[in-house]
Formats: sequence, structure tokens, C-alpha cells
Amino acid sequence: MTRYQRRKLVNAINMTASLVVTLIGLGFLAWILGILVMKGGQHVNWSVFTEITPGPGTSGGLINAIIGSLLLTLFGVLIGTPVGVMAGTYLSEFGRHSRLSSAIRFINDVLLSAPSIVIGVFVYVILVEPMGHFSGWAGAVALAIIVIPVVVRTTETMLTLVPVQMREAAAALGAPRHVVITKVVYKAAMSGMVTGVILATARIAGETAPLLFTALNNQFWTTNMNEPMANLPVVIFQYSMSPYDDWINLAWAGALLITLSVLILNISARLLLRGSRH
Amino acid sequence: MSGSNTLPARGRWGDRLFQGVALGFALLVLVLLASIILMLLIKAMPAFEAFGIGFLWSAEWNPVTHQYGALIAVVGTLVSSLIAIAIAVPVSFGIALFITMLAPQWLRRPVVTAIELLAAIPSIIYGMWGLFYFAPWFADTMQPWMTTYLGAIPYIGALFQGPPIGISVMTAGIVLAIMIIPFIASVMRDVFEVVPKALTESAFAMGATTWEVAWKVVLPYTRTGVIGGVMLGLGRALGETMAVTFVIGNAHNLSLGLFEPGTTIASTLANEFNEAGGLQLSSLIALGLVLFMVTFVVLGLSKLMLLRLGAQEGKRT
Repeated sequence: MTRYQRRKLVNAINMTASLVVTLIGLGFLAWILGILVMKGGQHVNWSVFTEITPGPGTSGGLINAIIGSLLLTLFGVLIGTPVGVMAGTYLSEFGRHSRLSSAIRFINDVLLSAPSIVIGVFVYVILVEPMGHFSGWAGAVALAIIVIPVVVRTTETMLTLVPVQMREAAAALGAPRHVVITKVVYKAAMSGMVTGVILATARIAGETAPLLFTALNNQFWTTNMNEPMANLPVVIFQYSMSPYDDWINLAWAGALLITLSVLILNISARLLLRGSRH
Repeated sequence: MSGSNTLPARGRWGDRLFQGVALGFALLVLVLLASIILMLLIKAMPAFEAFGIGFLWSAEWNPVTHQYGALIAVVGTLVSSLIAIAIAVPVSFGIALFITMLAPQWLRRPVVTAIELLAAIPSIIYGMWGLFYFAPWFADTMQPWMTTYLGAIPYIGALFQGPPIGISVMTAGIVLAIMIIPFIASVMRDVFEVVPKALTESAFAMGATTWEVAWKVVLPYTRTGVIGGVMLGLGRALGETMAVTFVIGNAHNLSLGLFEPGTTIASTLANEFNEAGGLQLSSLIALGLVLFMVTFVVLGLSKLMLLRLGAQEGKRT
């Protein structure tokens, strides 16, 4: 075999391998989604949305966990977003090139990739232990700590993209700096910032680990954030590890609901961002 | 005159207030990290006082005799993450290569979106799928094959022994690999796209094959960025909880076989934290601190790598 033929062969083999691993990757996506739709679809029915989580061996639904998840996610986003937006504003508008900002950016990246279970442990230590009981608030705070770095990052990126000329034009008209930022810069960057918040919501909607030691679970109906609160991820975890078929079936139904909502959030964030670019 | 003074004055106060609030929340990010480390350290102190620094390499984990050590969980965390990286890096490279150099233009966007959807699926879903579908399939097909052929190799053969139940460190590593592939692949794709066209085009003009361009031009040019992306994936694998907890078996068991059940730091926390008290709770928090520190270091290294790529790019353009 000539050298030329060998090079062609190596190229062909490696390009085929590249195609094959891509197909395998897509195959796993199809396998996971297929199973979810099949198993989850079989067990999502009306009672899932009307009845609360059952005891062992009886039938029931997931409504208390669905409401709990919505509340925890909502408060997590409500607490985390203002902090993230203001911190991101500081990084982009006030201290873009300062040493402090580079330190904050680095620390923010550390928080961004901190293991979520460690955040659960931290909130257990600062909230659950002093209060003496698990609570919805503790869960919401744990989720907020996950939201903050995501929103800081996207806010800073989106604000930095706003052209300096827009700030100068507004300042030349006599607007004080905070008016320039809130009325001009935020407006220009709005769809990007909203995208960041949606992505953060998607990120926490499926989070399980930080809720295990904070919101825990609750077999009964509650909207009281001071009590332990049922939520879909922890219910899925406990039910799918159980020996009862009813529970495992409900876990599949919950898994489908959670994945659908996360994927819908992700896709809408993507569409929003693409729409704003044109 | 006084009228013209009031408005700028109000603007100044507003500015100061606004900047102060922004600075305050930015500092909160620093305070948050400092207090995570501080609180974990305080709560982990009883464990470090009881077992000394030897806590880190003691293989004992016994709630009955109150003896705790981190070794088994640390080894399980490292081994499962290394398996994940060993599988995910070549696969991600292949996917990034396919997207940037091989796929026709119309196919790129759908493939990128699909891979990113894989990243969006919550980890607990990977766990459930791993437990109910992947582990049984793996135990029936891949594992016997690996035990027969790889298990026969001298020295490393011992790695591929274990009960055929599919619940093992190896399964956890493979599920982790599938989880981190999208992250590593998308970093690789991003850095591959910054390679100047002039560089790849001139290599093609010299008669290089696509593979030679990828291996000898694109990869060397983006080396530090690729390593940064791999470290990012490693960080995720180290800290992942749910996907691992479902399939690793959660056994405090130190053995050479990769098909034996094991445990990781995160899955030990998920399983034991709520039932623990006293010294066990403190030991678990110490484990959490160790995990946090390890991911901290890994992330620091990856940032350094990506920064160096940025600096290199700055020099060339």
C-alpha cells in the first residue's frame, strides 16, 4: 500500500468513526426520550393532576408534588434573579476592568459548577438545622443559590453586548447613569436577560440533589413554605427506588412531566434569543 | 439656578444608590462562596478532630463503631469520573469533528440542537433510565463480553470482574459519560470554530486529508481550550449526584473490580445525610467539603487553560 493510500484509508476510518459516535450520541438521546414518552405516557392520566401522592400499595397522583415544584422553582427564581441581575450589572457597567470584578467572575464560575448536593448541605447547615425542620423556604434558597451564578453570567454577557454609543447618547441627553442603565441598557438587552432567567429556571426545575436535605418531601397537600414540601424530583427519586409498582409508574409519569417542562423552557429560550438577533 | 441644581443632585444620589446596590450584590457572590467553605469547615471540624487528617485516607466507614474515613468514597468518585472522561473525550471529539468539518451545512444546526437537548435532560432522568434500562442491558450484553475478553488480559483483567447485575462503578461511569458528552462536545465545537480559516484552508491546499487537518492543525491550535473543556466535563462528573446514586449500588466497598458496586461522595451524601447525626453527619459534611475543594481545583485549572487559549488568540490576531 502506498503512503497516499494509507493516508486516505486513515482518513476514511476516522471520518467514519466520527459519524458513528455522533449517531451513537443521537441514539442515546432517542433511547432516553423514547422510553420516557412510552413509560411516562402510559401513566400520565387525569388522576396524576387531581390526586395527591399515595401511600405504598394504593393509587394516587402527583398534584401536591407538582404544586410544590412550581412554588419552589418560582421562589428560587424570584430570590435569585434580582441578586444575579444586579451583580451582573455591576460587572458590566461599573467595574468592567477592575481586579475585584475578575475575582467575582472567577468565584461566580466556581459557584456555577459547584456540585449541587454541596449547596444542599450548605443550606441544611445555615437554615434547616437552626430552624429545626425541613422547609420549602430552605429548598427555595438552595435553588436560588443555583440560579444566581447563571443569571450573573448571562446578564453580564448580554449587557456587554450593548454598544457603548447607546450609553453615550443617553448620557449626552443628560440622563444620570442609573437611568441610562435601567431605561436604555436593560431595554436593549432585555430578551437576552430574559433568556438567561428562563435557562436558569430550566436548570433548577429538574434539580434533585439540593432539595433532598432542604425541602425534603411531604406526603400531604401543603402550600405552606414553612413546612417540608413535596416536589417532583424528590418524589421521583423515592418512588423509583421503591419496590412498589404503583410508585414506580407514578415516578415515570413525573419524569415525563419534568423533562417536558425543562425541554420546553430550553427551546423557548433558544427561540427568544434567535428572534432577537434578527 | 436652584431649579437646575436639583435634578443633577437627585441623579447623583440615584447613581450612588444604584451603584452601591449593584456592588453589594456583586460582593454577595464572594460572601456566598466564602460562607459555603466556612460553614462546611465548621461543621466538619468534629470529624477532623476525631479522626485527624487520616480521615482522608481511612477506608473505614462504619456507623456502628463510629469509624469514618473518606477513602472509599473518594476513590469511587475519582474512578467513576475517570471512566466517564475516558469514554466521553474521544466521543465528544468525534461529534465536534462531525459538526465542524464533516456535516453538510443544513445538518449542523439540528445535530447541535439535539446534542444540546441531551445536556438539558435532568440528571435524575439519566438515573432512572440507567437503573431500569441501561443497567440490565449492560449486564446482559456488554459486561459478559468485557469479562470474557478484557478479563483474560493479564494484570488488568482483574478490573473486569464482578457480579453480572449491571449495578457497578463501571455502569455509573458510562452513564456519567453520556451526561457529560454534550458539555465537552459543545466546548470543543466552540473552540474548533475559532481556528482561522486561513490555517485550515492552507493545510487543505497542501493536500492534507480532513483527518490530518483535524489532528495536526485544528487540535494543536485549540489544545488548551480542549483541555479546558475536558476539565469542565470532569468537574460535572465529580459532583454529579442523582445519575450516579441510581446505578452505583451505594456499597462502601473497596475493590479492584470495576463491575463491583461502589459509592461516590455525592451518592453517599444523598443516601445517608438525612438519617445521620453526630459524628456521622460531621463526617458526611467533611466529605462534601472534600468534594467542593476537588471541583474547585479542577475548575481553577480549566479556567487557566481557557484563559491561556484566549491570550494566545489575542497574540495571533
